[in-house]
Amino acid sequence: MTEMIAQRVAFAQTLIELGRENEKIVVLDADLATSTLVDKFAEALPERFFEMGIAEQNMFGVAAGMATLGIIPFCSTFACFTAKRALDQIRVLIAQPKLNVKMIGAYSGILTGKTGKTHQSVEDIAVFRAMPHIVTIAPVDGREVALALRAMVDYQGPIYLRLTRDPCPVIVDDDYVFTIGKALLLRDGSDVTIIGTGEQSQRCLVAAEILAEQNIQAHVLHVPTIKPLDVEAIIAAGVKTGLVVTAEDHSIIGGLGGAVAEVLGEHNPLPIKRVGWPDIFGESGANDDLLDKYGLTPEQVAKAAMELLQRRRR
Amino acid sequence: MFRLETEQLEKWTDLAQRVRKEIVSNVHDAQGGHIGGSLSVVELLIALYFKIMRIDPQNPDWEDRDRFILSKGHASIGLYTVLAERGFFQTQELCSFDVCGSRMQAHPCMLVTPGIDMSTGSLGQGLSAGAGIALGAKLFKKNFLTYVMIGDGEAQEGQIWEAIMMASHYRLDNLITIMDYNKVQLYGHQKPTPTPPLTDAKAKFEAFGWHTLEIDGHNYQAILDACQEAKETKGVPTMIIADTIKGKGVSFMEGRYEWHAKVPSDEECQMALKELDCLPRKCPPGELVKEVLSND
Repeated sequence: MTEMIAQRVAFAQTLIELGRENEKIVVLDADLATSTLVDKFAEALPERFFEMGIAEQNMFGVAAGMATLGIIPFCSTFACFTAKRALDQIRVLIAQPKLNVKMIGAYSGILTGKTGKTHQSVEDIAVFRAMPHIVTIAPVDGREVALALRAMVDYQGPIYLRLTRDPCPVIVDDDYVFTIGKALLLRDGSDVTIIGTGEQSQRCLVAAEILAEQNIQAHVLHVPTIKPLDVEAIIAAGVKTGLVVTAEDHSIIGGLGGAVAEVLGEHNPLPIKRVGWPDIFGESGANDDLLDKYGLTPEQVAKAAMELLQRRRR
Repeated sequence: MFRLETEQLEKWTDLAQRVRKEIVSNVHDAQGGHIGGSLSVVELLIALYFKIMRIDPQNPDWEDRDRFILSKGHASIGLYTVLAERGFFQTQELCSFDVCGSRMQAHPCMLVTPGIDMSTGSLGQGLSAGAGIALGAKLFKKNFLTYVMIGDGEAQEGQIWEAIMMASHYRLDNLITIMDYNKVQLYGHQKPTPTPPLTDAKAKFEAFGWHTLEIDGHNYQAILDACQEAKETKGVPTMIIADTIKGKGVSFMEGRYEWHAKVPSDEECQMALKELDCLPRKCPPGELVKEVLSND
């Protein structure tokens, strides 16, 4: 039985551990603590938890000021607010002066607990990819979240961490070493390459199993760091099969699909199919219904791979 | 209370003239920059950097220094000039204002310019950063103070009020904010197009829990007294509403919204410098800039 853990749960637990190890770590919240689960940090280390109220713009500015003193602030709110509501503050006060603020984008993508299009975040990767100095990380599971958080504390500079809400299978190994900027090969195959990021990489693995039933061996690469991108690993994974499907819970414009298309287009042009949000806003609904309606299920990732293979056969 | 001696007052009055001359000259030479809002804050900046703040120009990153954030970052040339006069860098570097490759960027950048404690430029943001520094100082039990200068136009930004609310909630008595209340902004307060003005500012800040003072922002003694009172105020942050004149010191610029960011013509520059009782500089600006940039 695969272990299931929500990324936010792993995030909150690890943050407390890190906070106990490092007294420079503080957490700022914009009144979402019981959703993002940083309320656990507030209970464990109350003197280093700062409630900023429903005022994200001020929160990121406060974090910037703190960072100038050597404090390591974790700003916690939903991805939709981090990447948009406070974007100019992040740009001028954090990104431009390269301040050591860790920015959390909780409830990213489409699966936001029935809150609908206002709270879904389908543009956050594109936003931060285009912004200089911001490292952007989207882990696949709870274990990788914990590892990524440790790496984030060791790294000096602004980072955006994209998290999801609901329990998802743990797929990275016990001995996995997370490195910022490094992709992870999840499955070796020779017929078609599937490149995923965030929780969607786990659905890419399921897609590979669906394809395997039809004797198609998928090569699956997980890209947890979207910026800086592991260009070498992406080119190698593409060259391995000559066909590339990208999959992400994000718009296909400007996200992982866009990034992979840019890399391969410049270095080694290959047929690509991007699976992700088409250029539309979402709606509220149950997770499975949303994944299905908006084309993010493993079956739909597998279907995209089949289409590429058929195109090659023609 | 510190009483300003006549001799000191005369020195600072001369200094203000020199600073204004540099502002006018450098905006003219750079063909860019914000002249009106730089001229309005000259006395405030001189008082802060020459008396009020605990700083060391030789050691701009000193951990226990008082911090200053120019939230109205477009008044950068005013701040650069005072920093130069205080010894953070050579005054001749001012002529590289707004030039490619210069440390004198249009808006203050903490990565390149000595003495800049926070990058600013997008209005409404600096007070939040100042509140963060003040909150961090309390966390680490540091006793330095954080000064933030905002504009009255800037107070139209909602984020200012987020920060105002949060600073009093956290009882940031180590945060002192000065509002350059020059009552004029890019497209005017009253003419030709009225913008939502900051009326009853004192009552508003007080309602948000701030100790609030109103002073003449061009009067050194008033500035010193207000800052002293702010330092002695415990449990709440202090807002000093400094009544100023936009374009102060140059008659044809005073109180006129056109001079928010207008560049003076050669003739206007000469007229302004004459009023400021200063001679135009002798060296052609282009050569000075080259010399300054080649020194880096």
